[in-house]
Amino acid sequence: MSKPLLEVEDLRVTFPTPTGPFRAVRGVSFSLGRERLGIVGESGSGKSVTGRSVLSLLPPHARVEAKRLSFDGKDLLTASPGEMRALRGSRISLVMQDPKYSLNPVMRVGEQIAEAVRDKGAGARRRAMEMLEAVRIRDPERVFNLYPHEVSGGMGQRIMIAMMLAPEPDLLIADEPTSALDVTVQMQVLAILDDLVAKRGMGLIFISHDLDLVASFCDRVLVMYGGRVMEERHARDLRQATHPYTQGLLDSLPRIDDDRAELPTLKRDPAWLKD
Amino acid sequence: MIQVRNLNVTFGQGAQAVRAVRDVNFSVAEGESFGLVGESGSGKSTALRVLAGLNPHWTGEAAVAGVSVGQRDARLPRLVQMVFQDPYASLHPRHTVDRALSEPLEIQGIGDVGPRVERALTDVGLGPAFRFRYPNQLSGGQRQRVAIARALMLEPKVLLLDEPTSALDVSVQAEILNLLRRLRRAHNLTMLLVSHNLAVIAHMCDRLAVMNRGAIVEEMDVATLRRQEPREAYTRQLLLASRGYDREVAANIITYD
Amino acid sequence: MSTWRAQLLTDTPASRNQARLGQFYRGWLQFKRNKLAVLGLLIVLLLIVVAAFAPWIATHDPYAQDLARRLLPPGTQGHWLGTDEFGRDTYSRLVYGARITLMIVVLVAAIAAPIGLLVGTAAGYLGGWVDAVLMRLTDVFLAFPSLILALAFVAALGPGIENAIIAIALTAWPPYARIARAETITIRNSDYIAVARMQGARTARILWAYIMPLCVASLVVRVTLDMAGIILTAAGLGFLGLGAQPPMAEWGAMISAGRRYVLDQWWVATIPGIAIIVVSLAFNLLGDGLRDVLDPRKS
Repeated sequence: MSKPLLEVEDLRVTFPTPTGPFRAVRGVSFSLGRERLGIVGESGSGKSVTGRSVLSLLPPHARVEAKRLSFDGKDLLTASPGEMRALRGSRISLVMQDPKYSLNPVMRVGEQIAEAVRDKGAGARRRAMEMLEAVRIRDPERVFNLYPHEVSGGMGQRIMIAMMLAPEPDLLIADEPTSALDVTVQMQVLAILDDLVAKRGMGLIFISHDLDLVASFCDRVLVMYGGRVMEERHARDLRQATHPYTQGLLDSLPRIDDDRAELPTLKRDPAWLKD
Repeated sequence: MIQVRNLNVTFGQGAQAVRAVRDVNFSVAEGESFGLVGESGSGKSTALRVLAGLNPHWTGEAAVAGVSVGQRDARLPRLVQMVFQDPYASLHPRHTVDRALSEPLEIQGIGDVGPRVERALTDVGLGPAFRFRYPNQLSGGQRQRVAIARALMLEPKVLLLDEPTSALDVSVQAEILNLLRRLRRAHNLTMLLVSHNLAVIAHMCDRLAVMNRGAIVEEMDVATLRRQEPREAYTRQLLLASRGYDREVAANIITYD
Repeated sequence: MSTWRAQLLTDTPASRNQARLGQFYRGWLQFKRNKLAVLGLLIVLLLIVVAAFAPWIATHDPYAQDLARRLLPPGTQGHWLGTDEFGRDTYSRLVYGARITLMIVVLVAAIAAPIGLLVGTAAGYLGGWVDAVLMRLTDVFLAFPSLILALAFVAALGPGIENAIIAIALTAWPPYARIARAETITIRNSDYIAVARMQGARTARILWAYIMPLCVASLVVRVTLDMAGIILTAAGLGFLGLGAQPPMAEWGAMISAGRRYVLDQWWVATIPGIAIIVVSLAFNLLGDGLRDVLDPRKS
């Protein structure tokens, strides 16, 4: 494998609260090549905070520490806000759960995508059109001129992805990009991401609460709980997980083809969070 | 226990009218658990809200235990109650758990409030210690337990469930599903469960109907679902898509109208 | 932690009252962090104490004239804030004036806020023609500047402090109705209202027990912020001779009387002016602090 795209070592994120500091992420390490890395966990596991700290998109009062946090050899911890902005605009992108909050409501979606294209000018419009086609929007001419409130949730999410991919980033961080979508639309959106990783060699961090989805879509999976990585596995072996937390989560999911009367509930062990 | 005949719901008027539910028929026997599955916009929640008496714009027949849900019949509160999707939005932020659970009793003029509230809390696995908490002192799962306890205060025969676990973490979802199954047996409840999650429906229901664009595509028993042998192509696609990501499946997805 | 604090902050209160007190205490802990709001609260409390104990705090009879000692500057022996054009002690008149200011504030709030709350929640929840009628009525009142409308009411009712209060209250409710209606519209389709309807609750119960408690918070904030304006309107009416009548010790009327001497004996008008500014500012600070604590979107 070539040099990793993103290296994270001993990442710690702390939020001050009235009742004392809250340690949202406590010593997370991983590295990412040109692959699909899944981060799964329940709410409060620190999975979203981990994704955002790579982009320096946490609120200013959050304290981020790490032994190492580097993107393509560049140290993100010492990067100036200007350098981070440049990185976010061109080389690292973020797709969030709800397109409603991420698209500018008073600007045509096509213009928003053109805005994100790296070299502006006459080529930008054509490029935006290509992006809309790339995310399998059937009638890009028409969609280009729509406003965000005129598109459906699935369409909005695809536009969002088109916008984030317009500058051809090397790394895409997708935070629950498909949770608000119907399963069939979700599949189509995932297929688009899948193509982009395969064709362009983009790195993808896929953050989700859905174990089955991550297991079937990603190459590797980090399972997080309480701000820590419980275990790291190849996605196709996730069903054979050894950690009791991962096993507990998998067991607690109802399945279409089983007839268990009672679902086993997860017993959390405080020892998982011992330092 | 539940009869729905030729149910139609139309929102808006004239050219902008949207037929949210079209000619829907189903019935649920006493003690049975029935599921309505579908994607967003399939009309499943709209049909449920008609039965809850929360949607006045419908035509056809919709009745619970022989009482039509159209007139604001005084018997309905003790016949049918509902649990909503978002436990953060279904509890009044300024009412304690105690208040939330005693309201239905006070509205219906039922006495013996204190003991009934404590019994209800124990019944949903919370215990009396939670009685005087405010919703912001509860987790999502605890809130949903309170919402379930509240729905059962008037001892209804029918419980309507609108995606009761889709806003919860999977480990909490398992606890709530177990609780619902236990309560159903204990109180001989008839349940109508709306969900987009086929696995949840398979776990909870005896029979189910698949909806798309306001109409029922097909009705089947849970054994057929478990064997994954639906009759209609739409249902097959839904089943495949909910198994997780698959290149092949994604490439062949068709939009059904 | 002392036991009463532990009892208030417990996660398992044993009664509704303990739960309510606990919620209140948590709010107070949050309010306390805003130093300016605490300052505002202290000034308002001081106003209440001064008004309640005016006869003991004042050094002179506020109506006792002494024409030999008129227009004395502040710092004079026996009259540390000076005297007015009839030789009455400014400090004592200020102290008694606190009673009138407080009465205006309390009465206006007690009349205008409930009217606004009732009109707004009913319009917002019932919708349809009820909404249309109530809101057009509100618009009519909103179309006039409140001082002008108050002037018209006072002109019709006759001058005097009671009529001034009624006039101000009648012009103050429309904004509250607007706020309550806007708040109600965001609440009326929520799941807990649907639950109450399914339980068979009547409209009056839904309005009273479900909707109003959620509107009260923003109204309390708005009323507190408006207090400054109410005091100024009352003072304005007093200044124009339509509010409190002489020799009543009302702050606005005191300024009005002092304005004839403003060039040579500036303090006669300035001292009640400072009192009005301080109290108005205190209510504003208090309202800002309350907004942070009471915002219903927070919980």
